[in-house]
Amino acid sequence: MLRAGIRYFGLALVVAVTLFWLAAGGDRGWTKTSVAVQKTDEVTGIEYPVIENRFVPGIDALALGSLAGLAIFALSFIPTKKP
Amino acid sequence: MKNHLTILALGAASILPAFAESLTFDFKDPKGVNNIVFKLDAPLESINGTASGISGTIAADPKNPADVKGRIVVATETLHVPNPVMKEHLFGPKWLDISTHTEIVFELKEVSNVKRDGDTGTADVKGTFTLKGVSKDLTVPVKVTYLPGKLKARGGDLDGDLLVVRSNFTISRSDFGIQAGQNTDKVSDEIEISLSLAGAAPKK
Repeated sequence: MLRAGIRYFGLALVVAVTLFWLAAGGDRGWTKTSVAVQKTDEVTGIEYPVIENRFVPGIDALALGSLAGLAIFALSFIPTKKP
Repeated sequence: MKNHLTILALGAASILPAFAESLTFDFKDPKGVNNIVFKLDAPLESINGTASGISGTIAADPKNPADVKGRIVVATETLHVPNPVMKEHLFGPKWLDISTHTEIVFELKEVSNVKRDGDTGTADVKGTFTLKGVSKDLTVPVKVTYLPGKLKARGGDLDGDLLVVRSNFTISRSDFGIQAGQNTDKVSDEIEISLSLAGAAPKK
């Protein structure tokens, strides 16, 4: 029962991390903690970035989360001594 | 021929009032619009960043467009990349070493190949570019737009003029002793730089 629980939790973590990564834009670069939003100065016509603090998970966050999920999943297969 | 000369004279007369006096433009923009974008496109990784801490002045003599003096300074601590670990590396001693090298400077020396079309013009600007304590002479193409009387339109109480400077050029980090030949698969040697700056010359 416990093994099945750990197994499902591991798989659920992989799915959750993948869905979170996709929902956040599926960025294939490194994780970002800020995003540059382009604005335009009306008088000069200069386009300038305004830095907004925002977490955007990258491919490293996806890999780390998936590995953690798979490690938990694999943990459930470790044999234990029966009394 | 006489007609052509008359048209040319009228054209020049329409431009000259706008450029009638020597002006000093301050590039420390209170609105924070001035920015530099840098891009490194390596085979394995693309890095995009910005810099915002820009200051400096440019003095231009409108009667002699080639006679331009000034310097543009970028505070290295205002360089920004979106990944915090990358930013830590960028600022560290192996890369930009911002604790020692606090500024990136472009000192204007000479302007050539000036072409003017109304209040807009292009030119090649030769100057000394200093990065991480290494100075190199560079010639960069610039596009300049003069906006007479537009300073007040950006807010504030001062009347005056604006000068918008745009330029795109490329430098090699190896020329400036930044990890020459190292990590070129992830950090390109070529750095593409785009700058968009507005300088203000308040009327006295």
